[in-house]
Amino acid sequence: ILYGNLQSHRLVVRCYYVDGSPTIGKNVDRDSPDYKENHDVMTKLVGELKGKVSTILQGGGEKARNRHISRGKLLPRDRINKLLDPESPFLELSQLAGYQLYKDEDVPAGGIITGIGRVSGVECMIVANDPTVKGGSYYPITVKKHIRAQEIAQQNHLPCIYLVDSGGANLPRQADVFPDRDHFGRIFFNQANMSSLGIPQVAVVLGSCTAGGAYVPAMADESIIVKKQGTIFLGGPPLVRAATGEEVSAEDLGGADLHCSKSGVTDYYAQDDDHALSQARNVVRNINYQKDPQVTVIQPEAPLFPADDLYGIVGGNLKKTYDIREVIARIVDGSKFDEFKAMYGETLVTGFARLWGYPVGIIGNNGVLFSDSALKGTHFIQLCCQRNIPLVFLQNITGFMVGRDAEAGGIAKNGAKMVTAVACANVPKFTVIIGGSYGAGNYGMCGRAYSPRFLYMWPNARISVMGGEQAANVLAQITREQRKREGKPWTDEEEMALKTPVIKKYEKEGSPYFASARLWDDGVIDPADTRNVLGLSLSAALNKPKQKTSFGVFRM
Amino acid sequence: QSRAVSTGSTTSIDKILIANRGEIACRVIKTARSLGIKTVCVYSDADKNSLHVAMADEAYHIGPPAASQSYLCQDKIIDVAKKSGAQAVHPGYGFLSENVEFAELCGKEGIIFIGPPSSAIRDMGIKSTSKAIMSAAGVPVIEGYHGEDQSDSRLKQEAANIGYPVMIKAVRGGGGKGMRIAMTESEFDEQLESARREAMKSFGDQVMLIEKFVEMPRHVEVQVFGDQHGNYVYLFERDCSVQRRHQKIIEEAPAPGLNDETRRAIGEAAVRAARAVNYVGAGTVEFIMDKNQDFFFMEMNTRLQVEHPVTEMVTGTDLVHWQIKVAAGEKLPVTQSDIKLNGHAFEARIYAEDPNNSFMPGAGPLLHLSIPSSVDNARVDTGVRQGDEVSVHYDPMIAKLIVWSEDRESALKKCRSALLDYQVVGLNTNIQFLTDLAQHPEFIKGNVHTDFIPQYYDDLFPQRTTSYMAVCQAVVTMVIQQAQRVQQQVKYTQDPFSPFWLCKASRINQSPTRWITLMDGDKELKIEVVTNEDSSYTVSFDGQSYTVSAELKQSGERTNIVTIVDGIKSHASVVNVGNSLHLFSTEGQQELRIPVPKFLSTSGQSGSLADAVAPMPGVIEKVVVTPGTQVEKGDPLVIMIAMKMEYVIRAPKAGVVESVFYKQGDTVQKGVTLVHFVEDQSESSSD
Repeated sequence: ILYGNLQSHRLVVRCYYVDGSPTIGKNVDRDSPDYKENHDVMTKLVGELKGKVSTILQGGGEKARNRHISRGKLLPRDRINKLLDPESPFLELSQLAGYQLYKDEDVPAGGIITGIGRVSGVECMIVANDPTVKGGSYYPITVKKHIRAQEIAQQNHLPCIYLVDSGGANLPRQADVFPDRDHFGRIFFNQANMSSLGIPQVAVVLGSCTAGGAYVPAMADESIIVKKQGTIFLGGPPLVRAATGEEVSAEDLGGADLHCSKSGVTDYYAQDDDHALSQARNVVRNINYQKDPQVTVIQPEAPLFPADDLYGIVGGNLKKTYDIREVIARIVDGSKFDEFKAMYGETLVTGFARLWGYPVGIIGNNGVLFSDSALKGTHFIQLCCQRNIPLVFLQNITGFMVGRDAEAGGIAKNGAKMVTAVACANVPKFTVIIGGSYGAGNYGMCGRAYSPRFLYMWPNARISVMGGEQAANVLAQITREQRKREGKPWTDEEEMALKTPVIKKYEKEGSPYFASARLWDDGVIDPADTRNVLGLSLSAALNKPKQKTSFGVFRM
Repeated sequence: QSRAVSTGSTTSIDKILIANRGEIACRVIKTARSLGIKTVCVYSDADKNSLHVAMADEAYHIGPPAASQSYLCQDKIIDVAKKSGAQAVHPGYGFLSENVEFAELCGKEGIIFIGPPSSAIRDMGIKSTSKAIMSAAGVPVIEGYHGEDQSDSRLKQEAANIGYPVMIKAVRGGGGKGMRIAMTESEFDEQLESARREAMKSFGDQVMLIEKFVEMPRHVEVQVFGDQHGNYVYLFERDCSVQRRHQKIIEEAPAPGLNDETRRAIGEAAVRAARAVNYVGAGTVEFIMDKNQDFFFMEMNTRLQVEHPVTEMVTGTDLVHWQIKVAAGEKLPVTQSDIKLNGHAFEARIYAEDPNNSFMPGAGPLLHLSIPSSVDNARVDTGVRQGDEVSVHYDPMIAKLIVWSEDRESALKKCRSALLDYQVVGLNTNIQFLTDLAQHPEFIKGNVHTDFIPQYYDDLFPQRTTSYMAVCQAVVTMVIQQAQRVQQQVKYTQDPFSPFWLCKASRINQSPTRWITLMDGDKELKIEVVTNEDSSYTVSFDGQSYTVSAELKQSGERTNIVTIVDGIKSHASVVNVGNSLHLFSTEGQQELRIPVPKFLSTSGQSGSLADAVAPMPGVIEKVVVTPGTQVEKGDPLVIMIAMKMEYVIRAPKAGVVESVFYKQGDTVQKGVTLVHFVEDQSESSSD
């Protein structure tokens, strides 16, 4: 009955035969050599991605895992699985954090698992230390990933559950962990501020919480601790001995009995991991929160074309072009797309669609951005903000058009209009880098700096200020001209010697793995999963109540 | 269509009181109703919602649950008969059915007792008398001591004379009650004491007889019928050899392997027996039959037997109808030459009991009950419905499954098939055991005898492990059911299509995976279930993987499933009860449990390992110890009664009793602590 009411007041369904959105996309020739080659390349790229991730999912080494299990503890991913509702998805973030980041040290997933899942029916941000990775200590990337998870939680109004089991800051790297604004202290700043915004903060102490770490449960709204397993103290037994000469065991200094019965630092006393996770579910059950997505929702339908086609359409060569509409057709509900200004500024495709039943405005690149495409994009963003329609950017952009005509046509101010619109748009924004992400194109298409709620990359994507070859050419040209002025010779070999390392460096640094390792995105995903990942991200984002947008000055 | 009419010496019966409960009460109601006869039932507190009460035209409350205060109260029954205006009382079996005083009381009060004359009950109820009469009538009997001297020493002496093993039997006993076997002289005293106690409890009489115990005998019995005009017929024999606890479990008619000559001889002997006591109505003459098909009179049951339906099936009769006719003074409707043996029938008795735990009687709710529907010529006689309780106060039989076919082989096949289709959830049953029994090669061959179960114990109680097929079926059903529940729940949110509800178990860069732990008995199964792109599942456990797809269809509280496991398609059904999933497949019934987390199970009420707990639901008969009693391991603590059988609860270890939680007459549930011991210092100091 409740459901029926919902439908009647939320949805207006017109069932005239002529009603309905046009569908886009067409069946592709899956036997064409082009398709096959693309498909093979992308299959290989996705295989690489999943191979890397499957190693990362193992966490720390076998020895560390076995030691952890032998203490009667659950592995962090098992903890998450038990915390989540049965059949809940887990939108895990930045699995590749820390990937090949520290020369000699392997820090799988950055030593911390973060993601969004359904707990007692509520979409929650889960932050779980992995004690099998360097004892769960905080590397710089661990801090960054923790804080990014909190940022996402705050931006999207998601209750936070911290599964704490960490030795605290990584002492040798304290300079990159402790002092700066976005370092360790920010974790507690975020906890306090989220709590003030009414975003529940729940800590589950499953292991150590030493020194700064002690503030995670202490700053939480509610905290749970496991007996004879969790400990919380500002200074551990060695530090206490050094400071006061007092001899005390970890359990007596900060165990569950002490904190639940004497100090009041923790609120719930758990027998074991299972019990603690069950208590955490109960805590969430009692937050009395109901999600209210302030958008219309309709019954979702699958796209008309298989997602696997994306492999064959896109491939791995960024220089090959394809129609972005074919990508949209494989992501949105029923491949239905109401295109806006289809015949104007054709290098930018804009239009309305539904994704998992939610309304979205889609902006996708079909080539370099010209003035008219930038103006069209600006107009479309204004429309979506006016109507509270979330924006999805499908980014594959070499940049804004350059050249005399373009500059004279005001590409700078028209591009600036689009950048202003993207920057100020206060609807949920989602970016997927599906190809190149270069230069100002990255800005106009809502790159990381423009705070999309979530940003993902495909494994074929590249991100850098410009392409490696362009950069090498620019550098070579500057050097050649310098040599010319100095009257020195400039051989082809010298030019090659200059260009090759530049190209190599760009190749390496533009890789999605390089980016994701540094948390320039929220994860590298299989193109075939794009629809689901975006759907989950949208669902998470709609926990935050509708915001008003006010744009900056548009240079006319 | 035929109705008792008052002509000449006959009396019109148009209202019957049924002094019984359960399936037999329902059975009698059915026939009475078909004859246009009104029925009156009686019920105890425990039975106020029972099926027989619901079916009867009138029902009268007669007291508390204990049979001695309700169904065995003769005056209350007579009172109801008078109040209700019933002309006749049908006693069913058990309770007052073979009670001489009751039969006499009925006669005195002018109420027709649907059964034999009290003299016949008395003659046949006392074993020694019955044997003497039979011997005189030329019916072969087995030797034994039936003397008046009941002293321990005399009985033991007689036992030694007869030679061990011997059977110690209550003279007025029946149905295995008050009966014990002493294999050797050293066991004699204990068995005698036990037999007497049970006999006293059940019949109020503890006179014992001693008999040679025939090893590996068959139990063959003949259904006879007599009328008030001196006519007798036999309706052929039944074989009830396969027994547990000296009680029948599966019966068939006719007895396998009998030639026509023996069949006629045993039938005629039975009629001679009936005639010798001027028997009237339905009776059963039990014989022991040895390997050479020589048979000896054992006893006569002066009532309608539990297993009478198999006879009805092979003779095309309604014995309750005949009982009523005969009680009304009518002549038997047929003569011996009219009775033809047609086909073969089996009856399997479905009990609430645990075959794996010495057939310990059980009790509890029938949370799910579904009777076979696919087999023709199958009949289910039962007194319970889904939702009813099997009570600790009475016999724990749930139902009788009776099947008929042209020959033994096909009837047995039907019996097996129907058993597989018989679904009971909520308590332990013997269905799986009956199925195993019915497919044992020696049973199939008809090589039955009363030691069948002990002889083939290993075959009948195999180490049972749930097959991979069943695990796959169960776990995929669980996953799909879970997804369906999620789909229901999400409708009550403000966000009914969120992929956080509908994107089942999805993970990033990893196939949607669940990790499920199930308990198969004591074995823990860690199972991984991954959704494949074609929406089938890969189920992995014990180092093996299987590809499974399934379709579910709800039918009431039962889920019918069609699964394809590695290309093999099969049908099964599932019933969920609490944390358990009961799977009914071609392999029988299997239960897989979701383990209760430690933190939930530790606060339960089950006592510590060292305490004495009730092994089954029942009533406390006697408390032997008091707080402070020092006991050795194995000493008796409490004597419990369940299904009128007694169980001695013994000390699990040496120690001092701290508290006793129940007193005589209390009803207890399975698993409750009966006696708590003083904590061992070495154990209590650890935490």
